[in-house]
Amino acid sequence: MLATLSANWFILKTCVSERLTYRADFAFATLVRFLPIVTQVFLWGAVYAGDTSRSLNGYTYRNMVAYALLVMVGRAFSSMPGLAAGMARDVRDGTIKKYLTQPVDMLAYLFWARVAHKLVYYVVATGPFVLVFYLCRGFFDQAPDVATIGAFVYALLLAFLIGFLTESLIGMISFWFLEISSLVFIFMMLNYFLSGHMVPLDWLLGLFSGNERLQELVRQGMALLPFQYMAYFPAAIMLGKLQGSDLARHLVVGSAWVLLLLAANRIAFARGLRRYSAFGG
Amino acid sequence: MIAVDVRQLRKTYRVFRKREGLWASIKGLFRREYQAVHAVAGVSFQIEQGEMVAFLGPNGAGKTTTLKLLSGLIYPTSGEATVLGYVPWKRDIAYRRRFALVMGQKNQLWWDLPAQESFRLHKEIYRIEPADFDRRLDELTGLLEVRKLVGQPVRELSLGERMRMELIAALLHRPDVLLLDEPTIGLDVVSQRKVQDFLKFYQAEQRLTVLLTSHYMKDVQALCQRAIIINEGEIKHDGSLAQVVDRFSKFKVIELQFSGETRPAGLERFGEVFDDNFPRAKLRVPRNQVPEILSALLTAYSLEDVGVHDRPIEEAIAEMFTSTRTISSETVTVAT
Repeated sequence: MLATLSANWFILKTCVSERLTYRADFAFATLVRFLPIVTQVFLWGAVYAGDTSRSLNGYTYRNMVAYALLVMVGRAFSSMPGLAAGMARDVRDGTIKKYLTQPVDMLAYLFWARVAHKLVYYVVATGPFVLVFYLCRGFFDQAPDVATIGAFVYALLLAFLIGFLTESLIGMISFWFLEISSLVFIFMMLNYFLSGHMVPLDWLLGLFSGNERLQELVRQGMALLPFQYMAYFPAAIMLGKLQGSDLARHLVVGSAWVLLLLAANRIAFARGLRRYSAFGG
Repeated sequence: MIAVDVRQLRKTYRVFRKREGLWASIKGLFRREYQAVHAVAGVSFQIEQGEMVAFLGPNGAGKTTTLKLLSGLIYPTSGEATVLGYVPWKRDIAYRRRFALVMGQKNQLWWDLPAQESFRLHKEIYRIEPADFDRRLDELTGLLEVRKLVGQPVRELSLGERMRMELIAALLHRPDVLLLDEPTIGLDVVSQRKVQDFLKFYQAEQRLTVLLTSHYMKDVQALCQRAIIINEGEIKHDGSLAQVVDRFSKFKVIELQFSGETRPAGLERFGEVFDDNFPRAKLRVPRNQVPEILSALLTAYSLEDVGVHDRPIEEAIAEMFTSTRTISSETVTVAT
């Protein structure tokens, strides 16, 4: 157990070292990711036409900008750029062999590599995050209580785990289909809408406002899917949209998704290996 | 004691058969043809512990597929194999601690980091005691003459230096079985020699069981007593390397570079001209007549350069087994 922890710690350290190799490129890429928030502030300003008291689908202009800021935090945990595509590349060109011949668990290896990736990102991005939230503090109503912050932190952990496990599951499809770029694209599109990245999920429900039965059906469907945990859920906690038993139920369902996706990853890996042909020399 | 025991091992791939042309590509969207490729077709052999065996054959003969089966990368279609008592494709952690696979065309070191960082990671992954790790690293870097390079990012190393680092990474945990797939491919002569010398010394010292594939006759001759020759997925020869070398070396190749302006005539009377690209030409000549023919050539022509080479082992093996490579007679059509 201790030896496994030590090996994982070394994987983490080595990955951090690797991430820091191209410092300038990494710092630039990290900082550039803050630009969209500026666009969001102006976009929602235009949508609400300067009327700060107007509410659309339960969100005022201030709520909406606060939501966009909080989604940015959630996405910083759940987004896994290059994970599925990298796994597909490893399968296609044969570099996956290092995970299969060494006494390591490939999923754990990739997990700790991703933790390292995120840690370095947070170190670089913390300053800009603090600055952006300070400048935009007027969009938030009040400081959240400790319980809300605790739920938010847990939700961010769920966002990371669900983000990692869904993307790695897609990456494992490459054991069956060598080229998965279209699948990755479809997943990203679905994720963009159904995670609440584009607009809050309450807004999507607004599309079905004429048909309450359909609206309820869509709401229940979205509640059962894992996507909302990757953006909407943490933001909704901080905005007070989810409280009490509703919040607890979401936390349980999110945790169940982590276990389900972990099991699915294990099964896909075991079955995928039986299909694996070790092409590429 | 038997380290590697392979019995009737088969691996058949079902591969998409792409016909030529746009219309065939469109048809392939609706109806696909597959064919069975018997990469390994029932091979059986045993390797004693501490033995170093060459695994030879032309491209596509099934050498690398066999190594992939023995390293647990792929599952066989049928047959059995054990390495050190383990069934490789069960991929037991205990087995993975006791063997290493080095592929000349694949890296396992971290590209952007110094090799020493990869070595330290291996130390943790393979749970090597710190004192053992330091001693082995010192020994291996010394033997392979890369001690000063371990702190340099892998991407900045030459191909030969990288391969030596790969070997160190593969041997730090003291495997009992080493599977080497073309370890000297693409290396210059000096690096090839260093890798050969190292493998010879280290294998003998550690009584390491090694299965080596290589297209370089010099690798094979320098390192192995025994050769298993595989073609079309089947073993064609398993025995002394000396027999193989005698069989394969009935001919040698004389390479000439003429110094004149025009191609001299009558070259064919000295041997079989198989590459005639003036001012260069290559002749296949009987091995036991090389001195006489060489002397006659030097007398007859004005030459700028001349060289005598062994025929590439792959070429000789391909000639030895001229039977047409049959992919499979079983072509099945499956609608998708």
